[in-house]
Amino acid sequence: MSGVLSAAEWAVIGLSLKVSLVAVLASLPLAYALAWLIARRRFPGRMLLDAAVHLPLVLPPVVTGWLLLLAFGRNGPIGHWLQQAFGVSLVFTWLGAALAAAVMALPLMVRAMRLSIEAVDRKLVEAARTLGASPLRAFATITLPLSLPGIAAGAMLGFARSLGEFGATITFAANIEGQTRTLPLAIYTGLQVPGSEGAVARLAIMAIVLSLGALMVSEWLVRRSGGSRAHVL
Amino acid sequence: MSFEVRLGLQLGEAEVFAEFSSDARLTALVGPSGAGKTSVLNAIAGLLHPREGRVVAAGQVLFDSAQRIDLAPEARRAGYVFQDGRLFPHMSVRANLAYGERLAPASERWITRDEVAGLLDIGDLLDRRTANLSGGEVRRVAIARALLAAPRFLLLDEPTASLDAARAEALLGLIERIRDAMDVPILLVSHSRAEVERLAGQVVEMA
Repeated sequence: MSGVLSAAEWAVIGLSLKVSLVAVLASLPLAYALAWLIARRRFPGRMLLDAAVHLPLVLPPVVTGWLLLLAFGRNGPIGHWLQQAFGVSLVFTWLGAALAAAVMALPLMVRAMRLSIEAVDRKLVEAARTLGASPLRAFATITLPLSLPGIAAGAMLGFARSLGEFGATITFAANIEGQTRTLPLAIYTGLQVPGSEGAVARLAIMAIVLSLGALMVSEWLVRRSGGSRAHVL
Repeated sequence: MSFEVRLGLQLGEAEVFAEFSSDARLTALVGPSGAGKTSVLNAIAGLLHPREGRVVAAGQVLFDSAQRIDLAPEARRAGYVFQDGRLFPHMSVRANLAYGERLAPASERWITRDEVAGLLDIGDLLDRRTANLSGGEVRRVAIARALLAAPRFLLLDEPTASLDAARAEALLGLIERIRDAMDVPILLVSHSRAEVERLAGQVVEMA
């Protein structure tokens, strides 16, 4: 297999997987919390929050990347604070690429999770409450397990979206080999260099394989958790 | 006093008022569809919040707008048997039964799982998935789940609705046994005159 791709190409794929995995795992709790808030709570500003979460879906990714640069750049308020407090800089690092991917994946994750939370019958939560469960326990024993298919589907969708992230990443984290040059950026770079058609084709095929794999795993997870619901406890 | 209820509920455009007190072991709440009988049960269980009033069940003040008392549902200890059962679909029958039992203080339990299983004839259902239960089985498991949570009072919402005559008869016998053997006041919502006459020590009409 190592003969098919060069070491540099494998490194690109490894970096892409790392960036996407960290992006999804780190944003999962936030995505679920946002999904729950939008699905279950009525508060002033809910529409605004919903719109803000969905913004990266419709904004030009370059704009999202630029906004990230303003907030998380060395002179941005959050970036400055991170630098002061932890000595961490996100711009031009793989963590920055993960942040860009997470922001771009968030709307898809929240959407999938929100739908599955809305599908959980509130009457079951009420029943749990009358049986002595606190709101937190009712959430943990009823809402959370019944919305697992949405969490799995959202995570895989977010992972696939992160793998393909380009515009916000190149704007915010730049295109640095070994740091932020993920699969799409490597393909883009290859297209700029005459004579690298072969490398571009190989990376493109890997992108298709990985994305297809993520979608299939997502589908499988949904089916599995749907089919075995009754066995969870 | 079994129940002392005086409440005004705002349900969208509609308003529901209820006022009654009862010392009977089993009190029936009757009235036409849409009179708000289930809403009254929901308010007693703490799932709906009255605009004003006072709710006392089994000697405990659950709600009193004047004293600003409004206990959370989990603190009210209602054994609420919903009309639609509301069994947890991701749990086995056994796990459904254990749900409230685990949360009830051991010292307050007044019935064991074996006793409940015998009383409601659900021993064979324990390992079944709730999706595969019949309507009558769902009702029995729902009652068992409520009893095991060591409730201080029971709220039964149309327990025999949509059951065939034989099943309904068996369930009525069971409610009679619970009424006579257990020291928990019962509030029953029913459409059936015969059922109410047979079970209730006091009847409350809602207009």
